[in-house]
Amino acid sequence: MTWIQDHLGLIGSLAVRHAVLAGIPLLLGLVVSLPLGWLAHRYRRLAPVALAGTGLLYTIPSLALFILMPLLLGTKILNPINVVAAMTIYTIALLVRTVVDGLDSVPKDVDAAALAMGLTGLRRLLGVQLPLAIPVIAAGLRVAAVSNVSIVSVASIIGVSQLGDLLVDGYNRDIPGALWAGIIGCLALALLFDIVIQVVARLLTPWRASTKPAAAGAPA
Amino acid sequence: MIRFDAVTKTYPGGTTAVDGLTLEAPTGQITVLVGPSGCGKTTSLRMVNRMIEPTSGTISIDGRDTASMDPATLRRGIGYVIQHGGLFPHHTIERNIATVPLLLGTDKSTAYARARELLERVGLPQSLAKRYPAQLSGGQQQRVGVARALAADPPVMLMDEPFSAVDPVVRTQLQAEFLRLQRDLGKTILFVTHDIDEAITLGDQVAVLRVGGHLAQMASPSELLAHPADDFVADFVGRDRGYRALSFVDGVLPALAEPTVAVGDSAELARERAIDGWVLVTDDERPLGWYAVGSPGDQVTAERLALGGTLARQGGTLRAALDSALSAPSGRGVVVTDEGKLAGTLTAAAVIEVIEQQRTGRDRAPAVQDDPSAEPRIQHSPGGESP
Repeated sequence: MTWIQDHLGLIGSLAVRHAVLAGIPLLLGLVVSLPLGWLAHRYRRLAPVALAGTGLLYTIPSLALFILMPLLLGTKILNPINVVAAMTIYTIALLVRTVVDGLDSVPKDVDAAALAMGLTGLRRLLGVQLPLAIPVIAAGLRVAAVSNVSIVSVASIIGVSQLGDLLVDGYNRDIPGALWAGIIGCLALALLFDIVIQVVARLLTPWRASTKPAAAGAPA
Repeated sequence: MIRFDAVTKTYPGGTTAVDGLTLEAPTGQITVLVGPSGCGKTTSLRMVNRMIEPTSGTISIDGRDTASMDPATLRRGIGYVIQHGGLFPHHTIERNIATVPLLLGTDKSTAYARARELLERVGLPQSLAKRYPAQLSGGQQQRVGVARALAADPPVMLMDEPFSAVDPVVRTQLQAEFLRLQRDLGKTILFVTHDIDEAITLGDQVAVLRVGGHLAQMASPSELLAHPADDFVADFVGRDRGYRALSFVDGVLPALAEPTVAVGDSAELARERAIDGWVLVTDDERPLGWYAVGSPGDQVTAERLALGGTLARQGGTLRAALDSALSAPSGRGVVVTDEGKLAGTLTAAAVIEVIEQQRTGRDRAPAVQDDPSAEPRIQHSPGGESP
């Protein structure tokens, strides 16, 4: 454990890089998945194609995707953009289905009421459908976050450093302290992401906090 | 006036939901569309505000073809109450009610002030304004749904089974209050239900639809009960339609004076005054219940009263009178004045006699009610006018 105490600065800076490499794709992936999910929800015939297509992306091995990125984007092999782009693709693979499920979870009568009140396209989406889809989307985002934190560590192999470096180094140079630091760091980061998503989701859905029935005395 | 002119809706699969529907929903009245599931009643309703587009035919509101209007503008001008309330769960009650006024550009404080007024209008305390729908009971949510539809004061309202998701007691209460509200507001209402009793209670006229979207009959409730157009309507209206038709008939009820005792009187006095073993117990002329001679104890106590008899109002319907007689443990139905004070009692036989007397004259002169204090449905009998 002395290894960890001696290298707190290194662990900290790798953790920050890890958080950025896993977190930025999470936000980018969400931004891309929302319109894609909406299209699949709106035009049902697109749904199977969109879901199967994006779902398949998740089966591409991460190492392969990391190596492919420079070819597709024309970036240098060591550029962290490669990792961000690849992780964004994994996030999209998980989130498009989640967004469709979230929009599908909006109660039919509520959606019909929105239409009947004269709410038009974008207003209905942003004012009614999306807010009500938040709980489901947040649940999907939690899965994607944990998945991202785990997959990003593979990027060490192509030389983009983050907590995965500790795992590779710890293994190659037989430093148990580094292995432990890498594992615990990833776990802590995944937990942190999870908590942040839950807190934000709760703040965005204040109506779900209190569902106690109205006080007695009011008419039925 | 909402006018359907040969309106047909056929879905791509070939299913015909509505088939050549022609009907008029007159201004200021409640027109009920009723029928079994699959009869196209909700589809018909949703074609009025173009949530569903008709395949052919035209729908006009006050002479304007709805197809020529912008759908969103059209919808904002029509109140819509949906099954289960359909409230936005993520908006507070006041925000829900203010939905259409805010869309129309009313400023927030005006819209919210109006929302609070409407809450009281539908019988809810203003203190609910800041709550979320999930914090309200089903019945309260339905009331908010009605308030939301009224918010922009639209002349036309569409109501899709608005009271179906609540228990029967609350439903009856909501129906009565809805009729009271409508008497003040005089909206042009198209109302969908699968419940023929609700249709008859609420409708100024009732359109019975059959599966496949055909109009089977359009008539006033009393006409529907008395002269169903065919077997389908007769069947749908139900077997006890003869009894229910009494809801639309009033008569001079020959209530007889009934001796009474008060809580605290001696069992001896009760025995002296009882007729056929039962004596009516009142408090300040208000009937409390029936006391059976021979009940244990030497005093008439509130705990020993047999309750359960319904009360008929003087000048009310024959249905209420007959029900009162049938439900009273003594066999004598209690008739009360509009103030709820005892007017007398009458037996089922006496009510039947009134029915028999009326039978001869009934075909020629439809019953016209003029007593506004009796059951609300009286205002909706043929010839009845909304003030």
